[in-house]
Amino acid sequence: MAPKTTLSRREFVKDTGGLLIGFSLADSAIVPRLLAAASPESVATPSPSRLDAWLRIGKDGIVHVFTGKPEIGMGVETAYAQIVAEELDVSIDRVDFVLGDTAQTANQGGVGGSTSIMMGAKPLRNAAANARYLLAQLASRRLGAPPEQLQVKDGIVSVIGDVSKKISYADLASGGDLNDALKVSGEGFALNVEGAGKPKDPSTYTIVGKSAPRVDLPPKILGKYKYVTDVRVEGMLHGRVIRPSGVGATLVSVDENSAKAIPGYVKAVVKGNFVGVVAENEWAAVQAAKAVKVTWTAPKQAFPEQQDLYKHMRATAPKASKETLNRGDAAAALANVAKKLEATYECPFQSHATMGPGCAVADVHTDGVTTVWSGGQKPHDLQKGFAQLLRVPIDTVRVIWMEDAGSYGRPGFEDAAADAVLLSQAVGKPVRVQWMREDMTAWGSKGPAVLCDLAAGFDAQGEVSAVQFTSRAFSGGETHFRPDAMGNYLGAQLTGIPNTTGVDEFAQWGVQAPPYTFGNIHAMANVIPALYESASPLRTTHLRDPEGPATSFAVESIMDEIAAAAGVDPLDFRLKYLDEPRAKAVLTAAAQRAGWDRRPSPKKNSASGEIATGRGIALSTRNGTYVGTVAEVEVNRRTGAVRVKRFVCAHDCGLIINPDALRTTIEANLIQSMGRTLLEEVMFDRSNVTSVDWRTYPVARASDIPSQVEVVLLNHPELPPNGAGEPSSRNVPAAIANAVFDATGARVRQMPLTPVRVKAAFAAVQRE
Amino acid sequence: MSHASLKVNGQVHVVDVDPKCPLLYVLRDNLALNNPRFGCGLGQCGACTVLLDGRAVRSCQLPVANVIGKEIVTLEGLEVAGNPHPVQKAFIAEQTFQCGYCLNGWVLTAKALLDKNPAPSDDEMRGAFESLVCRCGSHVGIFAAVRRAADATKRSA
Repeated sequence: MAPKTTLSRREFVKDTGGLLIGFSLADSAIVPRLLAAASPESVATPSPSRLDAWLRIGKDGIVHVFTGKPEIGMGVETAYAQIVAEELDVSIDRVDFVLGDTAQTANQGGVGGSTSIMMGAKPLRNAAANARYLLAQLASRRLGAPPEQLQVKDGIVSVIGDVSKKISYADLASGGDLNDALKVSGEGFALNVEGAGKPKDPSTYTIVGKSAPRVDLPPKILGKYKYVTDVRVEGMLHGRVIRPSGVGATLVSVDENSAKAIPGYVKAVVKGNFVGVVAENEWAAVQAAKAVKVTWTAPKQAFPEQQDLYKHMRATAPKASKETLNRGDAAAALANVAKKLEATYECPFQSHATMGPGCAVADVHTDGVTTVWSGGQKPHDLQKGFAQLLRVPIDTVRVIWMEDAGSYGRPGFEDAAADAVLLSQAVGKPVRVQWMREDMTAWGSKGPAVLCDLAAGFDAQGEVSAVQFTSRAFSGGETHFRPDAMGNYLGAQLTGIPNTTGVDEFAQWGVQAPPYTFGNIHAMANVIPALYESASPLRTTHLRDPEGPATSFAVESIMDEIAAAAGVDPLDFRLKYLDEPRAKAVLTAAAQRAGWDRRPSPKKNSASGEIATGRGIALSTRNGTYVGTVAEVEVNRRTGAVRVKRFVCAHDCGLIINPDALRTTIEANLIQSMGRTLLEEVMFDRSNVTSVDWRTYPVARASDIPSQVEVVLLNHPELPPNGAGEPSSRNVPAAIANAVFDATGARVRQMPLTPVRVKAAFAAVQRE
Repeated sequence: MSHASLKVNGQVHVVDVDPKCPLLYVLRDNLALNNPRFGCGLGQCGACTVLLDGRAVRSCQLPVANVIGKEIVTLEGLEVAGNPHPVQKAFIAEQTFQCGYCLNGWVLTAKALLDKNPAPSDDEMRGAFESLVCRCGSHVGIFAAVRRAADATKRSA
């Protein structure tokens, strides 16, 4: 029952190369490179120091761009196409991409931190500008006119004043040498190249800054797009993994007898506590993973009871601490204030819970070339990690990135790819692994639980005199967000390889919270030790806007608490303590569009009626991007249910590349973060994560979606473009919690804002 | 294993499969139809949706033996003679979706909804979509696309 449509590796290379915008192999200059890349000798990652590592022009005039940056669903490929098309003066549909193939693209550190445009676009812009410069030089010689007398329209160079004298980029490229040396600087996200050609003045842009339809959406919606889940290679087997019965459980025995009756069953693969099954077809693998009888020792009781999580975090000595901000003398000021306010805010473990569980195909040849088709954000890191795992030279490993289901950080796609590598190595054939839902939701790395204690004091005039912030959080990087070492992967850890690359990452005021101008601020961040050192389903890593929503929830909520205690409108209160004009502008713009009801919170009459309505505002600042968000909510006093009716989000990320694509990405941030605010909480018992599927880990659904979601884009063409993948996720929790307070007078300080917690907050207000 | 005759996107295919095998794996692995996608295998998310005699159903838990003789349509089969279905056109026009892994379920469910109810109310639309997951949170664009498709149907009626 082999799949009928199987592509050979070489055909597949062609297929991925031409995935999106029908790129014709027959008449493209790119052919030799593509075919060479598929041959065993040359899967090494290209050096960024030559122009043709970034950009080549085919005989058909198609501009082929090579970037180590993957697309994770926010339209970055389209933005890159605009940026390259702008510099080269070609139409967007002439630009085609190879994304994240380690044999064809320079190592740009993959995707992360909302930097794909802010940093990742720089070398592409410069390479394109340099290509334009070189093409102009070539055209000048061919047309007998100086470069400054040439113009370019959609890839045709002509002489100003005599358009009969013209030549195409395609002709120039086929006869000329575009393989210019470039000056390389930085590495990873900061990798940049520069040549003699300089980019355009942004004030002259005609393509960048205008909405362009996303190049990936028509093929996706028409059903023609290929995700990593759709990779099929010759002789490919199917694998599934079988995880331990709980954290720290070790393997006792594997009994394959009942699986052997399944047609197509191949074998169980066992390496330490790593267990997987391999079969000739997917259904056989799914059945076999259930049929194989695996016996484990009793798991460790490594986790606290769920209800004791924050108690545990408070009672445990931090493994690392960091003072992140110290201005004035907050402790002294707090000892001498007219009024003092103290509160603790809590955010649970949350899961990436990507739409599709991790999936990858690996074809391991430890004596030749290993190819891995994987999703995730960092193909070049995977290349390094897999080379280490297989004990082979890095130049013999090729990772071909293909889009998976979302990402939102380091969700487990990387671990699934490592599972595929382990299984392929064991059976000597290409293996496709797709995790089951539980493997993803329960066993994928988690966003860390964060607890923040805040104290604020103000004087008799209501002026804030001091704020103290202390976080206690699990590290945001127990699993390093760069999967470039073998110990990074769950499967490898189960085989006994220790995770040696985890880092202490802190929940910080000053980084994840806005720059309010209080005279005395002290901020401390503490990292709580991991609950279990290896292969834990509660291990932590980057989840969209790491620590941002949790820290912002605390800081932007206490801002409202202080404002309410001082009897001041929450918007006015923020504006008073902000210097930064862009921060003020996004708050003001959001409030204006929302028709902000300027008054202190809570709303009058907030204590009566079954349905209470309210509005809240919160600010997000993140690496040069500013977001002001207003949430309008309905709270059901009887049930405690919170319904967001409207979002208004004003967003300033500097220069905007593609307004339409930016708007949809912001809308999605708002909705996803609303789900994190109201619904998402990883449940666990003493040994296991018990959030295993969409019922036990609910996310926002159709009935939860606000009827109005409005995005106000504040464009700054005079500024460089900044990130937009995460900043609008950050302030949603506080905007909603502040609106709930406005509606009801009840302050909820623990995420998610479930009906039970909201009702408990009502009860607390009544007791006061 | 046994031979099963399946009518998918207007074509009859004979496949040699375990009758208990869920339709999803047969479509994907035997017929290389990629758009029915594995999301949960539990009927909770809708990524595996297909149209079965015009109804949107989950293929991840549906034994292939149960669909013999029925009309199965996948996202690949929505296009008519190279023309996108009006629902697909509406989704493209609205630039809906982030990663798009879930879109198979939304587009097919939208088509089934509009076939039955060409002018759904907001509540009816949300009701029809409540069993679907879009983890990226593209719901605003999804609702806009369905309204656009409904309006287009109204105009052409």
